[in-house]
Amino acid sequence: MNATVTRHPVRLAIFSTPDHLCVVRAAAETLCRKMGFDDAGITKVVLSVDEALTNVIRHAYGGAEDQPIEVELSAGLEEGDVALRVRVRDFGRYAGACEVQPREPSALRPGGLGVYIMHECMDRVEYRQAEGGGTLLTMTKRLSAPRGGS
Amino acid sequence: MGSRSHDSPVRDVRWVGRAAVVNVEGDIDLSRSAAFQVSLLRVVDEGPERIVISLTDVPYMDSSGVASLVKLLSRTRRQGIPLGLTGLCDRVRSIFEITRLDGVFDIYPTEEEALA
Repeated sequence: MNATVTRHPVRLAIFSTPDHLCVVRAAAETLCRKMGFDDAGITKVVLSVDEALTNVIRHAYGGAEDQPIEVELSAGLEEGDVALRVRVRDFGRYAGACEVQPREPSALRPGGLGVYIMHECMDRVEYRQAEGGGTLLTMTKRLSAPRGGS
Repeated sequence: MGSRSHDSPVRDVRWVGRAAVVNVEGDIDLSRSAAFQVSLLRVVDEGPERIVISLTDVPYMDSSGVASLVKLLSRTRRQGIPLGLTGLCDRVRSIFEITRLDGVFDIYPTEEEALA
């Protein structure tokens, strides 16, 4: 892994517009590639970041496109393994515990898959109420993940 | 950059007999999924005997795009119209596998097989 990746996190301050999703996806993919994730691992991280932001736009901000979202991507150690940590901070309506529980996908019930996907793709997913309001989501993905094949 | 919501990912609809082949292009995320869904349901209204969604030129799709396809599947099943997906790249196929919807949709390796 490139040593500089561990020292300097990537911080992005975006608005809650879907137009910015592709920008954050590109940053996540680039960092994952620098860290040495394989294609399957990159796909899972990129998808999880996208789903996290989509949930913020839809639920924390109710579709408003001019609200702030802070994203931090950083490489470090998770229980001794090299891992990517993703933090997503919004300042909108707090996502209570019942809203962030993953539900099993249902064949013909679209929507609501985002949290399920994050739990399936990442090694750790934690929501908590942020100081000053809003929600702080922290997700980690190990380079040699114990599940998910990457 | 992502496209605004009025920009549908559906590039064109090609008719092979009475089957509609829907060619889709570009990333499908929250910025385009609503327009995607509208375009897909419009195809159903044209009365095809079969619908094939070609995703060959779709490098990325998130759950909002999948939800659009699930709504299409729900509609086509009600109306007895066979629906097939083809041309899925590894990244797009992954989201169907992660959500276990790969066993719900009929996914074909080629357009010819989807039309057979």
